[in-house]
Amino acid sequence: MNPHKRSPLVIAAASLVYFFLYAPIVILILYSFNASRANVTFEGFITETSSRVVMDGSLVKASPCGFFHWYCDLSRNDDVIEAAENTLTIAFTATIIATTIGTMAALALQRYDFKFKPFSQLSLYIPIVIPEIVMGIGILTLFSQTFGALNSALNLTGDSRLSLGIWTVTVSHIAFMVPFVTLVVQARLQGFDKSYEEAAMDLGANEWTTFWRVTFPMILPGVLSGALLAFTLSLDDFVITFFTNGPGSTTLPIYVYGLLRRIITPQVNALSTVWILIVFLAVLALQWLQSREQKPAQ
Amino acid sequence: MTSEFAVELRDVVKRFITPEGNEIAAVDHVTMQIKNGEFFSMLGSSGCGKTTSLRMIAGFEWPTEGEVYIEGKAMGHTPPYQRKVNTVFQSYALFQHMTVFQNVAFGLEMEGVKESEIKQRVGRALEMVQLTGMERRKPKQLSGGQQQRVAVARALVKTPEVLLLDEPLGALDLKLRKEMQLELKALQQQLGITFIYVTHDQEEALTMSDRIAVMSKGRVQQLATPVEIYERPVNKFVADFIGESNFLEGKIKSISKDEAVVHIPALNADIRGMPMARDMVNGEEVIVSIRPEKVRIVESGAKTDGIFKARVMNSVYIGSDTHVYAELDGVRLKVMEQNRISRLDPSSFYNKDQVISLLFLPENTLVLKKD
Repeated sequence: MNPHKRSPLVIAAASLVYFFLYAPIVILILYSFNASRANVTFEGFITETSSRVVMDGSLVKASPCGFFHWYCDLSRNDDVIEAAENTLTIAFTATIIATTIGTMAALALQRYDFKFKPFSQLSLYIPIVIPEIVMGIGILTLFSQTFGALNSALNLTGDSRLSLGIWTVTVSHIAFMVPFVTLVVQARLQGFDKSYEEAAMDLGANEWTTFWRVTFPMILPGVLSGALLAFTLSLDDFVITFFTNGPGSTTLPIYVYGLLRRIITPQVNALSTVWILIVFLAVLALQWLQSREQKPAQ
Repeated sequence: MTSEFAVELRDVVKRFITPEGNEIAAVDHVTMQIKNGEFFSMLGSSGCGKTTSLRMIAGFEWPTEGEVYIEGKAMGHTPPYQRKVNTVFQSYALFQHMTVFQNVAFGLEMEGVKESEIKQRVGRALEMVQLTGMERRKPKQLSGGQQQRVAVARALVKTPEVLLLDEPLGALDLKLRKEMQLELKALQQQLGITFIYVTHDQEEALTMSDRIAVMSKGRVQQLATPVEIYERPVNKFVADFIGESNFLEGKIKSISKDEAVVHIPALNADIRGMPMARDMVNGEEVIVSIRPEKVRIVESGAKTDGIFKARVMNSVYIGSDTHVYAELDGVRLKVMEQNRISRLDPSSFYNKDQVISLLFLPENTLVLKKD
């Protein structure tokens, strides 16, 4: 059989897979240019540019931004800007902290033998396998009980009272990110020969220098993969954020959910498109970084 | 140099706990003194403790008991980066994310050597291992032999007192290995520094070393020059591990300082040989060892002491030599004879069932203690 001649079944299956994967995204992006406010049917693109928004019923005929009307609309929405800021602040902070903890945990699990090692290893899977909603409720209970006790014990009142907010979301995100980072870095460490570190020490580097000059650069691709995974998990986390956020700490997923309960305008699509673009660029950047790392220097 | 010995191990023990919870001694009361400027090998099969001993000198492991001395100083728990030794690893352990230059420069950078001097010294080190022009390559772009040279240059650029080499040629093919053996030996002689070389390859050890420690089960079986190790092995393990030997079990009938007469029950005869231990006594069960190339095949008419009739079971022509496998009253022996005369006639070779006379000269016959 000619290996280059593919069966129509394979082509059909592949097409279906790609269709289900990408059709929703394509439609989502397409609708972000919809002329209709209602966002139920596609009424064509906004083609005309004028100094002000011209409406015809629920149809946008012309706008100062023309084709990109909904993106302009979005950029004037302070709630979205705030939610985006919150999301990115939480994602960056939590990623940096979780990646640090996760990497250290992976190194410890790979390198040392200790009494509770099998338990520690197993406990990594618990946050991954238990339903997120259970974890969300658990974290919420923990926070509210602790805060209640601390507030009354320390006689905190008014603004100084401990309450849910951006940092409780961040801490919760760190909690569910650490196992993912640890497992990803662990996989990378599997083939890591300790003789590299021994060689560095043999050549005069102490433990600290050895880590930063030899170990870390060598495991960096694994650490970056772990960080990227953690970052994307944080960006689109809904359930745990839903339970742990408070006033002023609304993130994008929570905000979009709130919009859906009222009215969906193509603004949501514009927001999603920007979001996809950012994640896509981040993945591309990581790919580029990794390929550059592997490419021989000339 | 403050001490006569570059490295000294005094009664060193290293115990490990196996995953099953058993305690094993990887190195079991090892004492050795390695002289300055010596090419010293630790030879043994895997698990004999040679690599663990080397790692204790490097500082990657600490002895459970005993002490390692470098240049006369007790090392205790001194970390590797404070020891004046450098290691060439079996896996080379070249830093993959650095260029050849950066790899070799690493150790000098750690010492805080000036940049201009680093450049100069790295250049010289690479020249020494014939890798000039490869500075900007990454290790993955080099062949196995070239990587090996980078590993040697990286260690030698630090001008250590002692260079430790852990089976450095193990990953190379035979031809390259032979070349590198000669190169390493030449380098050692040229630099005059102490090399401690770990290998399981007896030929490698015999070719390169000034002295060899033959190790087994965590202990040093014999520590001597290559000639002594081969010609005067102290026990059956060494005689068997280095080269080939025929072994016959027997009992001492009479013994003096230079000669022992051993009765071999299997042959119902006495064999004379040299006692390899001082504390042998009459009546002691011993092992008689004779190397295949030291058994002589003589004219069947000869009538002297130490001649035994044997039947040829098989003979193998291998070009330079002929290997004859003979049977002597139920005892199998291997005999090697050089093909000193060019001939073709099949009847001039040893054929199956042919009866030959074997001569065991006392000076070629060693009497070893049974262990």
